[in-house]
Amino acid sequence: MAAEKAEIDALKKECDGLRTKIEAARKAVNDGSMSAAAGGVASVGRVQLKNRKTLKGHLAKIYSLHWAADSRQMVSASQDGKLLIWDCFTGNKLVAVPLKSAWVMSVAFAPSGNLVASGGLDNMCTVYNIKAASPKTLRELDAHTGYLSCCRFLSDSEILTASGDTTCCLWDLETGKQKTVFTNHIGDCMSLALSPDQNTFISGACDSLAKLWDLREGTCKQTFSGHTSDINAIAFFPNGHAIVTGSDDCSCKMYDLRSDQEVIGYQDSSLNAGVTSLALSNSGRLIFAGYDDFNCHIWDTLKGEKVGVLSGHDNRVSCTGVPEDGMGVCTGSWDSFLKLWN
Amino acid sequence: MTINTLAKGGWNREQMSCFRKMEKVIVSMQDPDMGMKMRNQRLLITVIPHAMTGRDIIDWLIQKYNICDEEALHVGGMLVRYGYIYPLKEPRSLVLRPDESPYRFQTPYFWTSTRWPASELDYAIYLAKKNIRKQGELMEYEKERYSVLNKRINHTWDFVVMQAREQLRASKQRRKADRIVLECQEQAYWLINRPPSGMRNMLDMGLERPNTFSSRVTLNSDYYKNEIENCKRALGRNRVKSSICLEGYVFVKYSEQYLNHDPIMQGCLPSNPWISDDTAHWTMNAEVVPTPTRLRVERWSFSFMELLNDSMGKREFMTYLEKEFSAENLCFWQACEDIRHGESSRIIQKVEEIYKNFLAPGAARWVNIDSKTMDKTLTGIRHPHRFVMDDAQMHIYFLMKKDSYPRYLKSDLYKNLLAKAIVPQESKKSVFPFMRRQRHASPSPAQVVTQATEEDGHAKGAGEAGTNSAAGSHA
Repeated sequence: MAAEKAEIDALKKECDGLRTKIEAARKAVNDGSMSAAAGGVASVGRVQLKNRKTLKGHLAKIYSLHWAADSRQMVSASQDGKLLIWDCFTGNKLVAVPLKSAWVMSVAFAPSGNLVASGGLDNMCTVYNIKAASPKTLRELDAHTGYLSCCRFLSDSEILTASGDTTCCLWDLETGKQKTVFTNHIGDCMSLALSPDQNTFISGACDSLAKLWDLREGTCKQTFSGHTSDINAIAFFPNGHAIVTGSDDCSCKMYDLRSDQEVIGYQDSSLNAGVTSLALSNSGRLIFAGYDDFNCHIWDTLKGEKVGVLSGHDNRVSCTGVPEDGMGVCTGSWDSFLKLWN
Repeated sequence: MTINTLAKGGWNREQMSCFRKMEKVIVSMQDPDMGMKMRNQRLLITVIPHAMTGRDIIDWLIQKYNICDEEALHVGGMLVRYGYIYPLKEPRSLVLRPDESPYRFQTPYFWTSTRWPASELDYAIYLAKKNIRKQGELMEYEKERYSVLNKRINHTWDFVVMQAREQLRASKQRRKADRIVLECQEQAYWLINRPPSGMRNMLDMGLERPNTFSSRVTLNSDYYKNEIENCKRALGRNRVKSSICLEGYVFVKYSEQYLNHDPIMQGCLPSNPWISDDTAHWTMNAEVVPTPTRLRVERWSFSFMELLNDSMGKREFMTYLEKEFSAENLCFWQACEDIRHGESSRIIQKVEEIYKNFLAPGAARWVNIDSKTMDKTLTGIRHPHRFVMDDAQMHIYFLMKKDSYPRYLKSDLYKNLLAKAIVPQESKKSVFPFMRRQRHASPSPAQVVTQATEEDGHAKGAGEAGTNSAAGSHA
């Protein structure tokens, strides 16, 4: 036992030593800052968005939402055991998908618009065909040993999932089997996002790390640290060169992929609530971050300043999303309502 | 969405900030000079002092914060839902009614933030007291919980009963009015902290996460050996200087370039459908249109990916390539994309087709790939898989990007399209607000429970007092 412990201690020491060297290497290339780069950029001023619509229909906490590629339909999941697909323009509910397990934590729309997926405490990701006369279960992806925290379609044939069992997984929807399992996190994976070119994806986890993975090789390419608590939300900057994370430590951070480090942080001493979700506007200039303080705060991505707030929910904002055409932002909350703003 | 209250201090931080804001409002409501005017309320034959009506609360909020009626109802409603003000009539309906219904301030002793989390022991004592007072006539859900608690903390049950009796005895010594007040306060506190099923639990913190992650992944020697390998690889990776990454074309330039394509920042023409209820913008930018908009055509010049991501752009580019007799490149790229994102079952067949059409010697649409990549690809084809064409596809992609794409942007084909492209006129917002179509949420297709109608201030109120059992979100 003692020999084993000694071995582990030695390995841990070597590991820590390497991590220190990595930090030094990062520091060595850190010869510029975002504030310097964005110094000449005009401030966006105060961003005041109005609540254009409130979508009512869920009967319990909303945990997740996802826009369809047509920027008009959206799917939302609530712990009342239903997925609702909305036409956000008219406010009508188009389809209601009853769930086998009400403890849903994530939902996704396929780019084709034919399929939606959801999952949660049942440890499974269930894929539904919503173009059928009534929603039909297409696949039940069952191999995770922990809750499903996030899922995203690559196409009608492939889907990525993030799980509380600390792994992310790429599934083949035709066979219903796992194709690649991405293992490296040591805490529950809470969120994932696909790169614009679909060659890589990023994940945020309870080990306070964000990781970049190569979809084809199945390996972790980069690891970003800096947060001091669970990372709940993660997204790519639209040009694919940086990632933005939101954490329970009440801050968001932007990490640049090529210089392999944090380039700017988004925090405010008056903001004392964890970040639950985030989304970027089309130009990447604005970050919409949902917090536990019932608000969604708006940040100027380049200048790191808080430029606005979306208030109106009666409970924490659990999910945020900007559609592909960037018309506005949708927030979903534990108060069971979805609000559209622009 | 962490809940571990004490371990990371997480919860105390999150919910507290909202409570502190509410408490500030409550304190100013009780200010002797500028606060609310209280009066005595009659409840049956007893007079309850220091009460106010729902209407009073709303009026005070309107006046103090200079807000409208609807917002005051909303804020006041939150104060009630979180237990800072409780109703005297119908105590189980935690709703602010804008009428003569009587309300009272909750005493700071029973503020949620003061006594969080509500302890099981206290709840047991409360139920025990109620049980004794009402001689067993507890509500169904209270009876259930009482027996559950009895089993769970049976070892301290004597203490529970003793405390209950003590508190009852002490309260009998009080004046009737005071006793009733205390009972109301205590009841309100427990309605918030132990809501009956069907009533939304405002304090629900959601999923519990494990405290430490060592319970998920064993940090043994294998783990560290693996980590060391990862770190060594990471150490060796190429890092670009921040100054290069951040300046120039990257973030600032990107945001500036896409500013006109960001409706939240710059608005959009002819109008934003969410605001104007006019779908013209979507119609003009549909996948297939006779004439595209100018912004759309301009966007194709931002990057090669932008051109390829737009089906119309891709078609235009294909037309151009056909003129240049290099259309096979785009066809090849498209076919490779099809393999990458398509069904697994058809991979083998698709790879064969690509070989036949594009790679085989003398193929009808032979693509020009360097010999090294060609050899590698041909070897790979013997065992086809989703990514077998990646290298070849990448080669052709860069070929088009470096060569054909820039020339396309300079071509007459592109320039003419740009010149002909539509610049929509900004449509005027409707002058008469009442002409805007009212949109009502349609009932759920799999309709089970009746819903309150939206678009009136009562919606939130009625929805809250939850009559549905599907909510079931309490501890």
